[in-house]
Amino acid sequence: MTPAETTTAGGALLVLAILLPAAGILASFALGGRNAEKIALGSAPLALLIALAILAEVWRSGRPIVYAIAGLSPPLGIALRADGISAAMLVTTALIIPAAGLYARAGFATPPEKRESRKALTFWIMLQAISAALAIVFVSGDLFNLYVALELLTFAAVPLACVEGRAETYAAALRYLLFALFGSIFYLLGCALLYGAFGTLDIALLAERMRPLPAVTAAAALMTAGLLAKTALFPLHIWLPPAHANAPAPASAVLSGLVVKGSFFLTVRLWFYVLPALPAAGFDAILGALGSAAVVFGSVLALRQARLKLLIAYSTIAQIGYLFLIFPLASGLHPWTVDGWNGGMMQVLAHAFAKAAMFLAAGLLYESLGHDKIAKFSGAARAMPMTFLTLGLGGLSLMGLPPSGGFAAKWLLLRASVASGQWFWALVLLAGGLLAAGYVYRILAPALSSHPVVLKAPPRRAGEAIALTLALVAVALGFAPESFFQLIAIGRPGLATAGLP
Amino acid sequence: MSPWIIAGFVGAGLVGLGLYALVVNAQPLRKLLAFNLIGSGVFLVFGIVARRGAVGPFPFDPVPQAMVITGIVVAFAASALAVALMLRFAEETGRVTLDPDVWTKPKPDDGAEDQ
Repeated sequence: MTPAETTTAGGALLVLAILLPAAGILASFALGGRNAEKIALGSAPLALLIALAILAEVWRSGRPIVYAIAGLSPPLGIALRADGISAAMLVTTALIIPAAGLYARAGFATPPEKRESRKALTFWIMLQAISAALAIVFVSGDLFNLYVALELLTFAAVPLACVEGRAETYAAALRYLLFALFGSIFYLLGCALLYGAFGTLDIALLAERMRPLPAVTAAAALMTAGLLAKTALFPLHIWLPPAHANAPAPASAVLSGLVVKGSFFLTVRLWFYVLPALPAAGFDAILGALGSAAVVFGSVLALRQARLKLLIAYSTIAQIGYLFLIFPLASGLHPWTVDGWNGGMMQVLAHAFAKAAMFLAAGLLYESLGHDKIAKFSGAARAMPMTFLTLGLGGLSLMGLPPSGGFAAKWLLLRASVASGQWFWALVLLAGGLLAAGYVYRILAPALSSHPVVLKAPPRRAGEAIALTLALVAVALGFAPESFFQLIAIGRPGLATAGLP
Repeated sequence: MSPWIIAGFVGAGLVGLGLYALVVNAQPLRKLLAFNLIGSGVFLVFGIVARRGAVGPFPFDPVPQAMVITGIVVAFAASALAVALMLRFAEETGRVTLDPDVWTKPKPDDGAEDQ
């Protein structure tokens, strides 16, 4: 282990990844409503370029990029680090945010003849704020820095959830905010205990100094509980469906596809990067069991929803459940943990794209039909074939049918659970797939009937194309080459510290 | 009993009180106050961590104190956002609670004494 980390080649890219959206927010405030949209959409290609450059640099050097802020190395300074999963998540963010932005132009654009509105300004600023906060979450190497990043993410996500300004969206956003606040304060308490025990919050240094103290167990429990509330893992999920289902479609896509992944990413950082030395088979099993309960519970509730957006939101709860199977299936130093890790990370990406696509498609349906009641979809697929193709392809990934990213994820998780002898997770994976097939069938079956349907407005071709593209990415992830899995293994401590006791 | 053990108990007590208030109160404003109570407890714990981590010429470790300052700023911003949301919510609906039972069965004077 290196005693002091210094900035590596490409370290400045990490700063740029954070500064670009942050500068965009300030410029949007300064230049006003009409320009916020141009700044948000105009900076998106740059953000994608930076994310791709980080990915290329991580891939080239084969190890994490580090930037020591102000040239001070931890523990005195704060380090930014980007490893394989950071790079993959940064690119995902840089693709989904502009997709949601382009889609949102229909509702939030302010052409010269239209008056500037506070709603539009809020939307474009918060979209950039989510970009900035997620970038900080993905590249921070310090637990306290991550706390601030999580709070920024919440402060950006809550206004997006209630940007429409209806009473029920305020109630949903308020409940979301309260859950998130209590989540973060328990995370912060855990940080205090960890700092008290080890005198640093730098992830790499903590991992080196980690010993199984009682304070560590308490801190791990507090921080995990807080993060679960923010990730909406069963049974702390109740805020998610109203918040995600009542938000405008592009906001729902970002909230469901990306924002919940931010706190999940931090949970992964905590358990796989900070605490791998902690003997915690019990914790892993608890997280796996909660995830399993979420898969079953979320899917069954999704089956019972009358509105499409609520169905998709409950499906998010189920799909988040799958993510938590990574804890029993990828921890420790066994050969099968590679499959568990790859499967979990693939599920993060596949769900991000599939869910964003489905929420955008649901928004299009709402615009054209004037409602999103599943029972009244009869014949709609004939009028809007592209939208239903998007829902179908997204559903394909959620169910885990080949070829799709969801299939690759669930197949890898299934392999890990069989290889490790933890067969009960395999049952959950299979049951979840079956239930997902049930709720996707519920959307598609009535729509494919030959019932005549009258559209209030013709579907927006541009919106349909964006949603379909996202769904196609989710499918294409199923063909991810071996090098993708090599990328997300870069910097994974389970492999790097395999030689340590 | 050393001062920081007493301070530790006070911090734990504040967190406990806040948790209790979080569980028993349905009104978001009271939940927000509970959040601030827990926050105070957490900041006190940071203070003890700073005192115990003193090295060299400093009587305190400055890093946790810097964290407390950041934490206070974040908690303040969070409280402001929450209060703004509550005010808008009350404006739109005339309610001060998120209790779904109250939602579906509106009573004209319900919760007015909490404002």
